[in-house]
This record gives sequence, structure tokens and C-alpha cells, in this order.
Amino acid sequence: MISAEQVLDALSGVRDPEIDEPLTDLGFVAGVHVDGTSVDVRLRLPTYFCAPNFAYLMVADALEAVRSLPQVGDVTITLDDHFASGEINGAIAVGQGFEAAFPGESVGELPALRDLFTRKAFTARQSRVCDALLRVGRTWEELADTRLGALAGGPDVTRCISLRMSLGIDTAPGSPAFVRADGSALDVDGLKRFMRVARLVRLSLEGNAGLCRALLATRYGIEDPEEAAA
Amino acid sequence: MYEKDGERYFIVDAHIAYWDAGPDNRNRFGEGFIKCFYDYHRNLSPEEYLWPFEKFQRYSEADLLHDIFEVGYADHAIFQPTYLTDFFPRGFNKAEQDAPFLEKHPGMFTLNGSFDPRDGDKGLEYLESLHDRYNVPGVKLYTAEWKGESRGWRLDAPEAARYLEKCQELGIKNIHVHKGPTIWPLDRDAFDVADVDGAASSFPELNFIVEHVGLPRLEDFCWIATQEPNVYAGLSVAIPLMHTRPRYFAQIIGELLYWLNEDRILFGSDYAIWQPKWLVEKFVDFQIPEDMQSELGVLTTDVKKKILGLNAARLYDLEIPAQDAAIAARSNGAAVGSEPVSPA
Repeated sequence: MISAEQVLDALSGVRDPEIDEPLTDLGFVAGVHVDGTSVDVRLRLPTYFCAPNFAYLMVADALEAVRSLPQVGDVTITLDDHFASGEINGAIAVGQGFEAAFPGESVGELPALRDLFTRKAFTARQSRVCDALLRVGRTWEELADTRLGALAGGPDVTRCISLRMSLGIDTAPGSPAFVRADGSALDVDGLKRFMRVARLVRLSLEGNAGLCRALLATRYGIEDPEEAAA
Repeated sequence: MYEKDGERYFIVDAHIAYWDAGPDNRNRFGEGFIKCFYDYHRNLSPEEYLWPFEKFQRYSEADLLHDIFEVGYADHAIFQPTYLTDFFPRGFNKAEQDAPFLEKHPGMFTLNGSFDPRDGDKGLEYLESLHDRYNVPGVKLYTAEWKGESRGWRLDAPEAARYLEKCQELGIKNIHVHKGPTIWPLDRDAFDVADVDGAASSFPELNFIVEHVGLPRLEDFCWIATQEPNVYAGLSVAIPLMHTRPRYFAQIIGELLYWLNEDRILFGSDYAIWQPKWLVEKFVDFQIPEDMQSELGVLTTDVKKKILGLNAARLYDLEIPAQDAAIAARSNGAAVGSEPVSPA
């Protein structure tokens, strides 16, 4: 037997690739139905016109995550209320890729898109870690010398390490704590300039996440968690 | 003209529409499109400015005049057409739908045209006819527009270059670019403004105004705008964030002033998604929160005047009040942002 909690737990490991936050936190999981070993998951997005490539990735990743549960039987992931629901649900159900969902409109699958946004996520996440250290008085010189192993834990550092692993960037404790999104090293001036841009990437990602939550709340008449907290 | 605390602000609303999105002029995609607009309207407007959906689908000529000019403070407003004929059979907001305003109210409106490079030679002829009929000084482009099986196009494609050459030849110099969720090919990031970069480099005499400041790719937009002096930021969609997310808006405007400068940011309400009255009032009152000022600076009255009207007046050769000539002439040359490092 599988429980809905197990399914939700598996889905909490799936992130919106565009903003690097779990689908469960974003409110994108509309429902989970378990019948014995069969699992049905319904996903929803903030708008009817959310970008179809990211939507496809979320449905495909959700399927993979739920299928990895032990003793799971049939798994169906359905994207609701989206202009490409039919194309995406259809292709995923029969194990086909993005090109098959949009024949003639795509020239490839989505690894390049995913890689680009993983790098953006990594850049933004490093900006959060770096700013937190600057706020408590660390200097740029100290930050440029800081090793990964010396960073105190916390969700942002944990996420940075996990993103480094996905990107094939060194995660040894002795490796530099802050690197470019391609893994290359930064000196003090380079770090300052990189973090200036990283702050912009972070602003974009965090702003998009906020707008996504707000539009989802408006679309489905649910509470916006950020508004409730403010 | 808007007046506050003894200051007079010349207002150019650089992004308005007169759309036709009622049930008799839309398919299911059109319905999804206007409902998506309506969710933006509902989510980011103050409560007293909310419209019922019935009115939002199709408002009247009188509504527009009232909202933009009678209460919206505009001295001038610019129509930015969006065709979307695959969603709305008669067109969502074609130049022809906006044109009657020009004839009835001379001097108050500017009408931009539009093109779609997938229309080939016929499209070039249409662009010429828009120029002949309405003397359009700019075009509004939507790269995510669907056409038959196609889900979008790129501004740096050779087919688009033919159209930009035609614009240059006809003296159509303001190219407003609006990115959406789909593009050719679909496996790429549709919101990426890199194609604007290519076009802006190839056509240095044209001005490229990126609508909603490239959101949701502010970083990509700032990255190209700091390198291309003929790239501008259109504040549509970004400016209403003042209401629900003032700190986020402060960061956006701070970044724009840093990577571009105060001369390359244009106010636009994106009417009828948002009402210009509250946007103008709130923007004039807006200030970067104190705890952010050491990082982002402050918004001076002069900067606000430029953003609310003087910058658009320069691009569109509009006559400005004599009192503003000195401010408009004070160009703030280079952006602060220098030697940017590609984020990814």
C-alpha cells in the first residue's frame, strides 16, 4: 500500500525548474489519489499560458518521482487547465518526449533548457548565501577565500551543494565556496562583479516565484501564503 | 498633466490597448488569454479599481477616454496593437480597431503598427499600408503569437530582419517587443530576450523597447540593455507591483537605474489591465524604502518626470511643456553597471 503522504513526499523533491522551488510549496499539486498501488496526481499552474516546456518538465519529473516509490503500480500525472494539457498529458502517458508532444514545433528535447535554469538557480542561491555572510560582517576578501566545507549548513547551502552536484561542480569541502555557474573560480574582484549579477538573477527568480504564487491564488481562489504572512 | 506638491508631471502612457475579447470573438485559447489577463488585473490592482469580467472583456470608447485622459492624467497615449487573430477572429487589438480614436481626437493618441515576419511579402505590404494610412512611428511585436501550427518567432531571424529594414526605410523607429510563453523552437526559453540583442546590434538606428522590462527574465534584459544603448525598458506589468510588492518593485527600478539609466525607462499602464490613475499617483508618491536606499539610491522628482513622460516624448517626438525642457535635456549618459559578467 502506498499512502498519499508518501506521494506528496516524493513530489516535494520535484521543483519548478524555472524558479527552483518544490511543486508542493508552490501549490502546484492540486490533488493526489491513491487506490491500492495506483497513484493519480493532478497538477495545476498559475496561468493557462504558462510556458509549455517548463510545464512538460514538471509533469515528467513528477512521474519519475512517484514511479520511484517502492511497490508503486500505475502512475498517472495529469496537468489541468493548461493550453497544452492534452499534448503534454498525452505524450507523458505513453512515455514520449517533448518533441513528440509538439511535433514540428521543437528541434530537440529539454536538457539545454534545464541546464540553463539549473545554473540560474545555482547563481541565485549563491547570492543568498553570500549576502547572508556579508550581513554578518564578512569581507569580500574572506568570502573569496572561504571553502565550501566552512559554510554553515542551512537550506540555501544545502541547495547550493545539491545544485553543484547536478551541474558536475566540485563539492569537496576544500573547494571554493563561491564559483561561477560554470564552476570556474573567482578572485575578489571577480566575486564582487559576479555577485552583482547574481543578485539580479535572484531578484528575477524570487520575483517570479512570488508572482506565480499570487496568480495561482487568484486563479483558484486560494490563499496566497506570502500575502498571509505579510 | 498630474500635479502634486507644486510639481507638474507631463504624462505619456506608452502602452494602452482597446481590445475586443468578448465571447463572440474568441476561441478557447482566446478565452484562456483574456482570463489570464484578468487574473493579472485582479491580483495586482487595488480593490477600488477592479472591473467585473464582463466589462474587462470589452470596454467602451468612452471608458478608455475617461480612464486614460479624464481621470488618468495622460497628456498623450500610445496604442500598442496585439493581433492574436488565431485566438480572436476579428483581432484582439489591431491597429484598425484603434485607428478611430486618432481621427476623433487629434493630437491625443499615437498609433503604432505591428508585423509578423511569418507573413512574408504580404506582411511587408501590410506594414507599408499601416505607414501610409496612419503614419505609424513604431510597431508592437509579440514573438509568442500563434499562427497556424507555429507557436512563435524570433526577432533575430532573417525573415524578421527584412521587416526591420522596412521599418528603417519607412522611418518607423520605435520597436516595442513583448515576449510571451511560446517561441520557435518550443524547447528554448521563450522569455529570453537574446534575440532582441541581435536585432538591436544590427539596427542601431532603431529603438527597441522591451515591454514589462523583460520580466520574467529581468536579468537577461538588463544584461543586454547595459550593452545596447538603443534598448529601452517598458514598465508595463512591472509598475503595478508597487501596490502589492513595493519592495520588489523598488529593487526592479533600482536595478533598471543601475544597468540602464533614467533616460531609458518608459511608463506604460498596459490599460485596460491596469488603470493609469492609481499608477501615476502611486508612482509619484513612491520612494525606495529607507533601508534599501544605501544600495539602490533614491527616486528624484526629475527621474520620475522622465519616466512618466519625458523619455517617451523624446522617442516619439512629442512636444513637451517648456518647464520640462531643462530636465529632458539633462541626459544621464552611461549606465552605472559596468563590465557585466554573464550570469550563466
